Amino acid sequence: MEEVAGGMAEGRAPLLEMRGIRKSFVGVEVLHGVDLDLRAGEIHAIVGENGAGKSTLVKVLAGVHAPDEGTVRIDGEEVSFTHPHAAQAAGVGIVYQEFNLLPDRTVAENVFVGREPAARGIVDRRGMERETAALLEEVGETSFGPRTLVRRLSVAQQQVVEIVKARSLDARILVLDEPTAALADHEVELLFALVRRLQERGIGMLYISHRLREVFALADRITVLKDGGLVKTLATSETDSRGLVNLMVGRELDGYFPPRAEPGDLGDVRLEVTGLSTALLRDVSLQVRAGEIVGVAGLQGSGRTELARAIFGADPITAGTVAIDGKPRRFRTPRAAVRAGLGFITEDRKLEGLALAQSIADNMLLAVRTVIPGARKRRAAKGLMSVKDLAAVTELRAQGPEQEVRFLSGGNQQKVVLAKWLETRPQILIFDEPTRGIDVGAKAGIHDLIRKLAKEGVAVLMISSELPELIGMSDRILVMHEGTVAGELPAGAGESDIMQLATGHQEAAA
Amino acid sequence: MSAEPAAAGFGSEAGSRGRRALKALLSTGTIFLLLFILLAWIAVLNPNFLEPGPFLAYLKRAAPLVILAAGSYFVLISGGFDLSVGSIVTVVVVVAARLIDGDAGRTWPVIVLLLAIGAAVGVFNGVVSTLLRVPSFITTLGTLLMLEGAVFLWTGGAPRGALAENFRAIGREGIEGIPLIDELPWSVLLLVAIGVGAVLLMRADYGRQLIATGDNDRAARLSGVRVEQVRIIAFVLSGTLAAVAGIMLGGFAGVSAQVGQGLEFDAITACVLGGVVLGGGRGSVVAAMAGALTLEALFTWLNLQGISGALEDTVQGVIIIAAVAFAAYRLRGAR
Amino acid sequence: MTVVDPPETHPRPPRERRSASWRRGALASPAAPVFGALIGVFILAWIVVTIRGGDFLTVSNIVNMLQRSVALGIVSAGQTLVILLGSLDLSVSQVISLSSLLAATTMDGQSANVIPAILLVLGVGALIGLANGLIITKLRVNAFIATLGMALIISGIIQNNWDGPAGRVSEGFESFGYTRFGIVPASAFLLLAVVVLVYALLRYTRFGYRIYAVGGDEEVSKLSGLRTHRTIVTAHVLCSMLAAVTGLFLASRLGSGTPTVGTDGGYDLESIAAVVLGGTALMGGRGGVLGTIGGVFILAVLDNTFNQLEVNAFLKDVVRGLIIIAAVAVYARRQGRDA
Repeated sequence: MEEVAGGMAEGRAPLLEMRGIRKSFVGVEVLHGVDLDLRAGEIHAIVGENGAGKSTLVKVLAGVHAPDEGTVRIDGEEVSFTHPHAAQAAGVGIVYQEFNLLPDRTVAENVFVGREPAARGIVDRRGMERETAALLEEVGETSFGPRTLVRRLSVAQQQVVEIVKARSLDARILVLDEPTAALADHEVELLFALVRRLQERGIGMLYISHRLREVFALADRITVLKDGGLVKTLATSETDSRGLVNLMVGRELDGYFPPRAEPGDLGDVRLEVTGLSTALLRDVSLQVRAGEIVGVAGLQGSGRTELARAIFGADPITAGTVAIDGKPRRFRTPRAAVRAGLGFITEDRKLEGLALAQSIADNMLLAVRTVIPGARKRRAAKGLMSVKDLAAVTELRAQGPEQEVRFLSGGNQQKVVLAKWLETRPQILIFDEPTRGIDVGAKAGIHDLIRKLAKEGVAVLMISSELPELIGMSDRILVMHEGTVAGELPAGAGESDIMQLATGHQEAAA
Repeated sequence: MSAEPAAAGFGSEAGSRGRRALKALLSTGTIFLLLFILLAWIAVLNPNFLEPGPFLAYLKRAAPLVILAAGSYFVLISGGFDLSVGSIVTVVVVVAARLIDGDAGRTWPVIVLLLAIGAAVGVFNGVVSTLLRVPSFITTLGTLLMLEGAVFLWTGGAPRGALAENFRAIGREGIEGIPLIDELPWSVLLLVAIGVGAVLLMRADYGRQLIATGDNDRAARLSGVRVEQVRIIAFVLSGTLAAVAGIMLGGFAGVSAQVGQGLEFDAITACVLGGVVLGGGRGSVVAAMAGALTLEALFTWLNLQGISGALEDTVQGVIIIAAVAFAAYRLRGAR
Repeated sequence: MTVVDPPETHPRPPRERRSASWRRGALASPAAPVFGALIGVFILAWIVVTIRGGDFLTVSNIVNMLQRSVALGIVSAGQTLVILLGSLDLSVSQVISLSSLLAATTMDGQSANVIPAILLVLGVGALIGLANGLIITKLRVNAFIATLGMALIISGIIQNNWDGPAGRVSEGFESFGYTRFGIVPASAFLLLAVVVLVYALLRYTRFGYRIYAVGGDEEVSKLSGLRTHRTIVTAHVLCSMLAAVTGLFLASRLGSGTPTVGTDGGYDLESIAAVVLGGTALMGGRGGVLGTIGGVFILAVLDNTFNQLEVNAFLKDVVRGLIIIAAVAVYARRQGRDA
């Protein structure tokens, strides 16, 4: 293992050099020629809002995706990874947010999984544990040893195992993806110490994080990505967090959004949440009126989806109340919420929104069966829309009501989900990333539909990571940060204001 | 919003409901094709087969399995397994013989009791598998063992008693004096009635919620479906229909301790043959029942070919593996 | 910890004291609650039987229970391997029957034929296991269906070729089933050998490590470069071979081969039950053969108790069914996941 201090030696090829990286998926370009370099012993932060392209860039480095254009050089030599194993062999180690660990095996067994040192088939357990102990020593980990069962470790400790695993493969380039997302404060300090120790050994680290405090505490340089492109790479000393946030956001608000609600359009308070707490939320309060679209902003992990789920009865509430039309309600199951007039368009339609092998018709009618049971005729008598009508309202492009939903494009699938909830005539609708993974054309249609619903008196709560959409659509914006509401902004607030609150700064721009 | 009629891209090519039904039929069509080929082949080997008498005899033989397949379908489509149906059949036959003991007057009350037993087993299976979170494979395995044991506990190993004539008639006899076909077996009538009932049930709210649960129970729950209740009812249906099948088999095959042995696997094979995917969410009840008919036809065909009854098991084993492998292959291509 | 000392002294991590580590290991192993349950059941049975006037804690009775455990123990050891992987084998009963028949008919009473018979039977077992493994990995058929189908295939072959007991094992071979060293039956050593072998395999070899890895999380194993298919196939081969050994043992006890010896003993479901009772999760990744043997002994004690109490043989099945469900429910609750 190299012992290069600081790593700022001049005239030497950088440890890692990525130039002009371009990548498209299904015709949509997500990285537009990004450059990045990393020196030995450097901690280089990558920042950007959700969807800026950080994880795609990392996946290119990890060998998961091959870039359409651009080069990757390690120690000056060009490399091309066809498979993650090739990247590992070249010394690239990634620590993802979701760990790849076997909970019922020990630390040593996890570190060496698939590569156990063995003589004639018999595993050299002592050797394995010795090496693991040495690696733990290298990062200064003392709270557990090679024989501990991974299941017994906290998230922070498991993360250390992942790091050690990468180091056991002789990683000299370590990528840490949102490493502190699940850590408590004191664990964050321990991670910092670990990272600094690795830095002393000459390991170059790419540190992806939303938490600007950490970025400024650790990083030597910062690269800012926005909308798939490189904004700037600068030394940490050259900027401050406000400056950084301004680099991360601030785009022209192009794109049409339907006009917002006038004060006269707003009706009574339909949804009122007071002091809501759950496992992840603390004391959240909000109100949504009929006809209003309240946007919810926040970084990943700030609790937006948890809020939606808690209101909808999908997760238990530990404190606080939810009131519908003034009456306090406790929804123990989503079914109760649906019957009370709520609808929830979830973040991941494939995982939670659709029964993919079923027909469009079946999916569209799934929720209404809870509210108004009975045959089609009985439902028709109650003035509900037919599947054809729903398709017309949502401008669905498909072969017919019997087509299986899994064959539809993302945009059309989302329309089916929307239709499902439209059919129940909800009074309150919660959207979680309503236009994620949908092409531009379909997005506008969905935006129009949402505003139309609001005009008809529905109270809308809209969670979105796409700032233009959030700003364009919302009549008010709530910003969440670490499980609580950091602040509220009026319609048309600036991206920078939103990000300041979302990253934990108290002041909003004047 | 644009004024363009959006329905232009939706449903215009699909045409009438009739055509769409045909399309749906054809998509799970492989089994019907197979069934057709087999029946045709049998008819070639034995020209009598297509005459009302022999054909109805074939249906009479197949009826219990078809009904078992329908019951198993409900559980399989919701993502579970019911391994207890064979032992329910055995229990039903043995209990019927013991309680009726030749007295025709007792037949109907006993039948009601038998159906109740089937339903009660279903409730147990359902509750333990959903509320207690025990995997249904294990629960119903346990039920299988308990039922087998309980029954023989009661009868001491040798079934006693006898069925009454009117009980046996259900599995054996039929309505006499019908023109052209001479006798319409009760079991065939029951078969048709249950078949129609199953189809209607699957098209109603319950069936749609059931299949959605099997496909994606998270999405179903978040759409308001009472996932546990829906699954428990599926087990109750499975148990009750197993009881019906048992009543038929008691009349048709007589009383014995082995009458239900292995039937749970036959039912699952029939469903899998019909395109039902283990794990739930895909497959139609009609296809499952066609699968049962096909299995029975296959056994008939084997008989005609002179392949002894013993190798039936081997053939069934090969078929079940092939059917699932084929389905897995198609699934991988499609998604 | 033998690491080059850095300037400051690191406090020894509290868990890593070498002494008494084996004791900690034993208590922490997933088999511990099973043996606790075994002791509990044993004591309970002892009390109940003694009250009823029977002999429980006698040498002959304990030897009896041991004998009954051998067959189930061997096949359950094999089943442990596949269940640890998250797979399962429903064909073991048929393999046992087939093995007993092949062994007896090949031996035909001649001791010269013993070795060829054993080799043949093990070979056939290995082939069946290979077929199972390949159907599961290459044809992507799930284990339940694949091994069930295989069971049906073998069942048909058996029924087609034999309709009753057949063949005769050699005298020497037969005597194995009845030999005793002092009070301990020779078969117990067979069981011990199998258990030691499987235990060593799981704990010390790379193959064993891989079984736990693939069973724990197949995706993670793949990402770490493991050839998961190879592990799965090998485990199935071993499982079927151990079922074949069980068939050999039963042929020795019975003197001939029988088409129903496997199904009569209910070895498929019983072996799964023993494994589950022993704490190995059906999802795989945790557990081990020691727990399985504990489960086997529990079932043997129960069996013995019911016999002593002259309880109806079928009540046994009822209770067994209840126990399996209860055990799985308890384990499922503890792990918070379902298979």
